[in-house]
Amino acid sequence: MPNPAHYIVEARNLNKQFGEFVAVRNISFHLLRGECLGLLGPNGAGKTSTIRMLYGFSPMTGGTLKVFGIDMRTGWRAIRFGIGVCQQENNLDPDLTVLQNLEVFARYFDIPTKSAREKADRLLRFIALENRKNDKVTTLSGGMMRRVVLARALINDPELLILDEPTTGLDPQSRHQVWERLEELRSRGLSILLTTHNMDEAERLCDRLIIMDHGRILVQGKPSQLIREYAGRDVVEVVEPSPEFRSHVKSLNLMHDNLDHRIIIYGQEGDRTFEKMTGEYCRDNCIRRMATLEDVFLRLTGRELRE
Amino acid sequence: MTKVLPFNLSWRFVRVWQRNLIVYRRIWLVNFFVPLLEPLLYLAAFGIGLSALIGTVSFEGRELSYTAFIAPALLAITIMYNAFFENTYASFVRMYYQKTFDAMLATPLSLDEVITGEIIWGATKSLIATAIMLAVISLFGLVRYPHGLLILPLAFLGGIAFGSVGMVFTGTLPSIDMFNLPIFLFISPMFLFSGTFFPIDGLPVWVQHLAIAFPLTHLVTLTRHLCLGMFGTHLLWGVGYLFLFSLVFYPLALLTMRKRLIH
Repeated sequence: MPNPAHYIVEARNLNKQFGEFVAVRNISFHLLRGECLGLLGPNGAGKTSTIRMLYGFSPMTGGTLKVFGIDMRTGWRAIRFGIGVCQQENNLDPDLTVLQNLEVFARYFDIPTKSAREKADRLLRFIALENRKNDKVTTLSGGMMRRVVLARALINDPELLILDEPTTGLDPQSRHQVWERLEELRSRGLSILLTTHNMDEAERLCDRLIIMDHGRILVQGKPSQLIREYAGRDVVEVVEPSPEFRSHVKSLNLMHDNLDHRIIIYGQEGDRTFEKMTGEYCRDNCIRRMATLEDVFLRLTGRELRE
Repeated sequence: MTKVLPFNLSWRFVRVWQRNLIVYRRIWLVNFFVPLLEPLLYLAAFGIGLSALIGTVSFEGRELSYTAFIAPALLAITIMYNAFFENTYASFVRMYYQKTFDAMLATPLSLDEVITGEIIWGATKSLIATAIMLAVISLFGLVRYPHGLLILPLAFLGGIAFGSVGMVFTGTLPSIDMFNLPIFLFISPMFLFSGTFFPIDGLPVWVQHLAIAFPLTHLVTLTRHLCLGMFGTHLLWGVGYLFLFSLVFYPLALLTMRKRLIH
């Protein structure tokens, strides 16, 4: 057990209801200092509701929540001084320039004007936008705006950075830019909590993952552990399998998913089944690949569409 | 259950006020031009155009030129418009379209502070516009000093009253187009029937009673007396009414905005 003194976030039986609808059902988890924790889940899983409670935006319906060891109910303001938040929507101030966005935000944290300017300049270098500092934010591209949102979240030198889907809607180049910045922050020891439904993002950035659905925590652990445990090591996908093949797989008692047009078989380490199977049944309709986090995600949260 | 009391309020609302001031200064020229030119427009239309038809208006035993009669009302209307429109359309845009409040609520600001900062800002806009307009009207010799200076704190108080009620609408109306409704039902009748362009004693008695409930009626009475250099303790009733009005609608604004934004 980790020492509770190292807990940045400690949530016990956290509960959130909107009228009759239960968005978060008694979840308990923690975040350690210097750790990057990812909240994964399909739309409506309760990710955003959870993190909104974490920065004191939404009141909790039940449970206890401590951030930096401070109780959220009584110490929300002290907690917010130590948190940086990137909300899902780009809510930069369109009435202001890039630099002013950072400076005005600094005021909300009682940062004096002079050091606000220094911090803003440093952060603009960090996100490689110092040449755009006097432009209105409305002239920036989506990727640039997201980087400014990130810089703004860092203006108070937070101990905990909260990111709600930091790369949703970005093109691959911008996404990688954001990831690189986040990796650098992580290597400096910043504690990070992020929500995402991008599996590459979760695997690349997070030390530990929580997969949620319907307001509950399904599993938590290191990405590699989760893959090993819930999707094995190697995966064989067979497109348009014959009925005999389907029944053969069933009879072998393998971990598998039987879908309309394909069958996905999850094998363990040193498993010889694949060799046998591929020899007997496979022509060019078989793909053998590594198990991924996406396999885990789909196995745990199901394949039906959300919203 | 939503927690109703206590209010989460500190001096930090000043930060929100400062944010609005920074934006205001970016386009200060536009912000200055309207209160500078608007009274000239009205005074030209009513003072020159209508004066010839109307001649003089009797007010508390004095015969006033029509221009002298309506000039103080223009100040009162400016107070009403600046705060009301700031805390309806402008606040709604910041809240709903720009998500400015959401961003602020991830910082050490409480929602009560954000809304208070907005209302105080609305009152500040009323104050600035009134000061500019007062200067213009003074050039025509329509303001007696030093009494006229009291219109400035009055503009701030009136701004809080009208800003608070505007904020209640911002907290309750689902879309920005719906502001037409309170403007039609609340602002336009006041604009016309608060003793602004004609004395209310000419109206049917029931309309007079209704007019007494309008905050603008009291504001117009106050600005008119102060412009004319008439001062008396009976004016305190009007001030008291504006206080009371603010005391009801300001907490109501905080509560409706909480209901709207805190989930």
